[in-house]
Amino acid sequence: MTAGTTGIAAPAPATEIPAPLVRVEGLRIRFGAREVVRGVSFTVEPGRCLAIVGESGSGKSVTARTLVGLTGHGAEVTAERIEFAGHDLQRLGERAWRSIRGREIGYVLQDALVSLDQLRRVGDEVAEPLRVHKRGTRAERAAAAVELLAAVGVPEPQVRARQRPYELSGGLRQRALIASAIALDPPLLIADEPTTALDVSVQAQVLDLLAEAKERGRALIMISHDLSVVARMADHVAVMRQGEIVEQGPAEQVLHRPQHPYTRALLDAVPSEHTRGQRLVRPAAGQPVVRRERAPIDRSRPVLDARGLTKVYTGPDEVVRTVVDDVSFQLYPGETLGIVGESGSGKTTTARMALALLEPTAGEVLLHGEPWTALTRAQRRSRRRRIGVVYQDPLSSFDPRWSVGRLLVDALSTGPRPPASAEEARARTVRLLDQVGLSPERFDAAPLRLSGGERQRVAIARALAPEPEVIVCDEPVSALDVSIQAQVLDLLTDLQDELGVSYLFISHDLGVIHHMSDRILVMKDGRVVEQGDADEVFERPQHPYTQQLLTALPRLAAA
Amino acid sequence: MSTAAPAPAARLRRIAGKLLSAVLVLLVAASITFFVQLLLPGDRATVILNIRNGRDQQWPAEEIAAINHQFGFDRPLIVQYLDYLAGLLRGDLGTSYTEFRPVTAVIGAQLLPTVVLTVGALVVAWLIAVTVTLLTVRRGRILGGIGAAFEAFTASLPHYWVGMLLLVAFAVQIPIFPVIGGDTPAGTVLPVLTLAVPLSGFLGQVLREEFHKVLDQPFITTARTRGMSDAAVRLRHALRHAVLPGITLSGWALGALVSGSVIAESIYGRPGIGQVLVTAVNNRDVPTVAGIVLVVAAVYIVANVLVDLAYTLVDPRLRIS
Repeated sequence: MTAGTTGIAAPAPATEIPAPLVRVEGLRIRFGAREVVRGVSFTVEPGRCLAIVGESGSGKSVTARTLVGLTGHGAEVTAERIEFAGHDLQRLGERAWRSIRGREIGYVLQDALVSLDQLRRVGDEVAEPLRVHKRGTRAERAAAAVELLAAVGVPEPQVRARQRPYELSGGLRQRALIASAIALDPPLLIADEPTTALDVSVQAQVLDLLAEAKERGRALIMISHDLSVVARMADHVAVMRQGEIVEQGPAEQVLHRPQHPYTRALLDAVPSEHTRGQRLVRPAAGQPVVRRERAPIDRSRPVLDARGLTKVYTGPDEVVRTVVDDVSFQLYPGETLGIVGESGSGKTTTARMALALLEPTAGEVLLHGEPWTALTRAQRRSRRRRIGVVYQDPLSSFDPRWSVGRLLVDALSTGPRPPASAEEARARTVRLLDQVGLSPERFDAAPLRLSGGERQRVAIARALAPEPEVIVCDEPVSALDVSIQAQVLDLLTDLQDELGVSYLFISHDLGVIHHMSDRILVMKDGRVVEQGDADEVFERPQHPYTQQLLTALPRLAAA
Repeated sequence: MSTAAPAPAARLRRIAGKLLSAVLVLLVAASITFFVQLLLPGDRATVILNIRNGRDQQWPAEEIAAINHQFGFDRPLIVQYLDYLAGLLRGDLGTSYTEFRPVTAVIGAQLLPTVVLTVGALVVAWLIAVTVTLLTVRRGRILGGIGAAFEAFTASLPHYWVGMLLLVAFAVQIPIFPVIGGDTPAGTVLPVLTLAVPLSGFLGQVLREEFHKVLDQPFITTARTRGMSDAAVRLRHALRHAVLPGITLSGWALGALVSGSVIAESIYGRPGIGQVLVTAVNNRDVPTVAGIVLVVAAVYIVANVLVDLAYTLVDPRLRIS
């Protein structure tokens, strides 16, 4: 497959600094009265990668979509210049746009699960750009799809091409999506959060794939909120905030010698081994950096003691799967135990058994040395309040018709000191809101109207209300932007210092786990492969799997 | 987790389960129609004698007894019930009170025209709904509004009104089609439209809503980034996703069309089950009515099996669960 033959993409001249393939100057985008992009300029050269970094709503995706003329319904786009290979994109008609899309510019959308048509075969999806641009016969296109899948490292490409996207794992799906975008080997590839929601090892494979396209001289625009991913890929970084590029320059400079305070805050907010024991949210100018004072953990009596937890499922296809296999751990008062592992490793199943929401096939969990999972439901009820939970998506665990106040009052009444009067309930709820950094006005708010970070604060307040000794946090920050994530992680740390609550902290994000945990449990295929002190595990991983995970982890060098 | 095709045993069990539940539904329908016959006022033998003689009077005991004997009404109830069920197994729906022939023969001859009418109406309704959806959803405020208004309007039309209107317009004023066409192809057009137009409104509303949702999905954007035209995106990607709820509705619609056919058949003097049902109800020909009820129940069951099938064809994801 070769690049397009329309002549729109002239081959890059073989000079040291190639001429820009994309040149955007003064781009403004508004939806009605709302201006979402305000005067953005950048260039991308062949064989180089521009990373646009920013939080959700910063305008980065809409900027990228403008480059393929798909800004969105009702968008008003103006710019001094939007050029691709010397052609003015602002003057293209719909037909000309269609000849560019897929052939000159490949676009990889975020989240392959929803970005591939689930009802069509993977092969048809991958080969669709060929069909749209009338390349080859049906049989040739089918063969090309298999070749493309093989080229992006999909094993058994012939089999996969006949399957449908939902039958593939997340990593394979993402690779299929990329295969489709590079089917016509376009000179420019735009990837919008190509590795979000992928496990680290899969993420590394996908990044390698994009790096390979870059080596072949393709220009790459990558959109990401993940700075460590950006550090690995980008030659040039543009930091976007509220529709403006606040800082841009060579990657090395932006990531290591950031000039703008926002870039600095963004970099500080990334949890990693370097951030342990310090706050992620940068203190206001002039305020000293406070290091966390940790009281020594008393390891004589565990609050939560899991012994040989095993969960076996028999699927509808009568295949027996051992999802969790002989998992044991102890969680001590005031401690954070991190459970890390890739999707399908049994983390969440373990958490559900610890919460006694799921009956173990074998083994048991003791709470304060007393039976917990072995109790009957009725016996458990009086102790239920001692162990709370915070999920990734709090909204699905809120009754959508209840106000924040009602949710919290309800949670308080399950605690050891149920409020005696409506006034007391209100006062204690307001105190809870204050504890998690929400204003008293939030009492009457509907959870639906809150931002993601605020919802997670409400979820934490609800977990705290019945004064538990343990809170199970199941991917509590995975859906949040890095700066919001930083605030929530800081909040959890503060609450632990203040209340002495223990966390069973589950995450697929090694940086988050390392930042938060005192001890770590590494899970793979339902088994614990490594367990120990957090620094110990990260610095001297014993098990090959842990070593592999840490190698695959893209990192920001120490700031 | 792997999502391989289910084991053959599991699939067989699923099919067996579906068949069993279908048989149960038919059994319940049959039992209800049988016992409803007993609940109707008046002695059955008297009813039969009245129908046959076209009078309304008391009959001598020996004539009653003869009829009771002929139809087996003198046997214990449970025997009659089991005999009825055994008859059903052999495909015997009983004997019509008025026509003195097996109910199967009475219905059988009329079944095909009704099937042609209802299935034809369903197909035409889908064609109208899909066309209107493809042409009007997200095509600007005016076209979209026209499409939505068309659907709301047609969905609210009663069958008999559409039937009369079409009859007056296209058979009387502009005589393209026959007024009474029997079951000839030309005579089938207006009855099919009578049933199809209101249904297309219902289907269209469901399609439109789903189509709207699908057009906002990321995979639609992906297709556009490949350079696909809007028409191709609609046809190749969006439509298949959007028809799913409409298919669910079709199972219900097929059953409703059978009852709707009563009206279309009377307006156009078309042969069919509907006509038979009207006559049978007027004549209190209970075995025929019961037979038709059973046939309609069977149609519902078959329609739902077809819906299941169509669903898994359109959305292979459902083959797993």
